[in-house]
Amino acid sequence: MKIGIRLAAILFSLLIGSAAYAAEKPQVLHLDVGKGGQCVEDPKLMRKTHMNLLKHQRDETMRKGIRGQKHSLAECVECHASTKTDSVLGTNEAFCQGCHTYAAVKLDCFECHTSKRKVKAEVSK
Amino acid sequence: MNEANLEPKTNLDRRDFLTKSSVGLAGLAIAPGMMLFDLAHGRAIGEPASDKVRWGMLIDNNQCESGCNDCVSACNTENGLSGGVLPTDSQWIRKVQLKDNLTGHSSSLPMMCQHCEEPPCVDVCPTQASFKRADGIVLVDKHICIGCRYCIMACPYQARSFVHEVITDQKTEVPRGKGTVESCTLCVHRIDKGDNTTACAEACSKAGHNAILFGDLNDPESAISKRIRSVASTQIRADLGLNTGVRYEGI
Repeated sequence: MKIGIRLAAILFSLLIGSAAYAAEKPQVLHLDVGKGGQCVEDPKLMRKTHMNLLKHQRDETMRKGIRGQKHSLAECVECHASTKTDSVLGTNEAFCQGCHTYAAVKLDCFECHTSKRKVKAEVSK
Repeated sequence: MNEANLEPKTNLDRRDFLTKSSVGLAGLAIAPGMMLFDLAHGRAIGEPASDKVRWGMLIDNNQCESGCNDCVSACNTENGLSGGVLPTDSQWIRKVQLKDNLTGHSSSLPMMCQHCEEPPCVDVCPTQASFKRADGIVLVDKHICIGCRYCIMACPYQARSFVHEVITDQKTEVPRGKGTVESCTLCVHRIDKGDNTTACAEACSKAGHNAILFGDLNDPESAISKRIRSVASTQIRADLGLNTGVRYEGI
């Protein structure tokens, strides 16, 4: 009996604790989608598999020279770079950095590839 | 193939059929051996590089001006290279000054990745990051390059550079990053677009020297093939038997 009461108390306190935690931390992610518009695939699919699509495309382009396909990183940046900064990095609202920071996943692409939109970057140089 | 087959008319006589089909065929083949669509060069989007093509260069040492550095600066601009701000900065193409001590004759030539048919850099690469594309262009896949620099040691032309520092503001078409090896790509992003020239060759003809001739070594009708057939040209370190894609004339 005593154990039962104790267990109930622990469960209750856990419940209260988790509810308070959920109330404190907002779960909404505000991203600057840049130009946005119609994505090359369904956004739900992109959220889950964009890394696989990109990795496949990178080998096709690097090894076989197939360019201008819809799953290229350059096209991601072209649509999703912020209209203010022309970049997918830089702030925690920027399209790539924002989500990767939120999900705590390391983002390697832009150690070699440019994070800037092509047209403007090339004109301003 | 021809319009005659598509027409619903069934009572085509033999003469009519032959006339129409020959018109259809004439559209594809302009002259014997000459097709309306150049299959090897202007690749369609989505089509991989073909081994029917082998890209190469012929460099005319007599046309190359000693003080001129236009090919080097054009390469730097095209690929977003610094041009040597730091001593460790990458260099994809350089001018080499030659002097014959007996006669005192001095000349210069551009030296870069020679895009060998049997590249030593590919042989030594432990991760297969260094590779040769179907059309003969030797590249580094920086996604899997571990920066061991064996290829730099193996290259007889000292054509490769290691990226020592963090790089920002790369060109969209030329990704470059710290910890990887890189070298002349024969302006692969241009070739894939069907440009049929490189930044250095373009700059050289712009300067009026026309010392660099770029083209397809496999196509007997290309300007470069005709030229290497008619004049004596040589490979640097031909004794190594690498069959370089870059040839020199007048050295």
